[in-house]
Amino acid sequence: MGCVESMNYEVLLRDGSFKECRDYIKEHFSEYIDVQPGFKVFDIYLIGVPPLAIGLDHDFIVFPYTKPCHGTFLLRVEDTAEAARLRSIKKGT
Amino acid sequence: MTGEIAEQLGTALLVLGCPQVPVQTSIALYLIHRLKKAGIVPVVAGNKAANTLLVVADPDRHYIGEIMDLDRAIAQITEKKRDFDRCFVFIHNDAGISYAATMNAISKAKLYTLVYGEHQDTLVGQIDFPCIKIAAKAVHNPLPLKKAIDEVTPWAA
Repeated sequence: MGCVESMNYEVLLRDGSFKECRDYIKEHFSEYIDVQPGFKVFDIYLIGVPPLAIGLDHDFIVFPYTKPCHGTFLLRVEDTAEAARLRSIKKGT
Repeated sequence: MTGEIAEQLGTALLVLGCPQVPVQTSIALYLIHRLKKAGIVPVVAGNKAANTLLVVADPDRHYIGEIMDLDRAIAQITEKKRDFDRCFVFIHNDAGISYAATMNAISKAKLYTLVYGEHQDTLVGQIDFPCIKIAAKAVHNPLPLKKAIDEVTPWAA
């Protein structure tokens, strides 16, 4: 998961709980998908209590990122291809 | 360690949390000892700080065997490259719950949650997925959690 450090990301929430992050996405983004733990976004396997919400806002992807000592962060990353991939998964469900 | 059993009776993954609560390292070494004594091969997965605390405490590797990065363990299990018979997740904060729920979702291992620290009651109440809960209000003194583990005898199940 080291690739997070190389991403151009914005932190929307820090030191949050998994529930706070899920609620934030559902309250602030009209477009989101629910996934299971272990779902891969970029090269990151998502950690959390299911269902995990991933927010979509045009080409921006908002997803939870958990570290043992720092809780869960909500990261916002712009990536056209990944946003399209997530939307295609959403259509298939 | 003496009296090791040659026959392998399964594998166990110990998922360490943030090592800021002192009992974690002590209980991890104790659990590794009991698992090995029962013929179960323990593998530790934690972040760098949690793993280093164990490695420094056991320089000749009398207790710890394989030790790996937590993110790598999650990746290997998710990609179905590896799995374990038992999984013990150390929990003293919200992130610990997230890791335990993740292990429940991605692994076929029999899941044990070891819940400790100041907020163990609240954390136990948040665990709504199938697992065997072992909990004690232990922060500096590992004995309450050791006692709770001994009562469950997860190495014998």
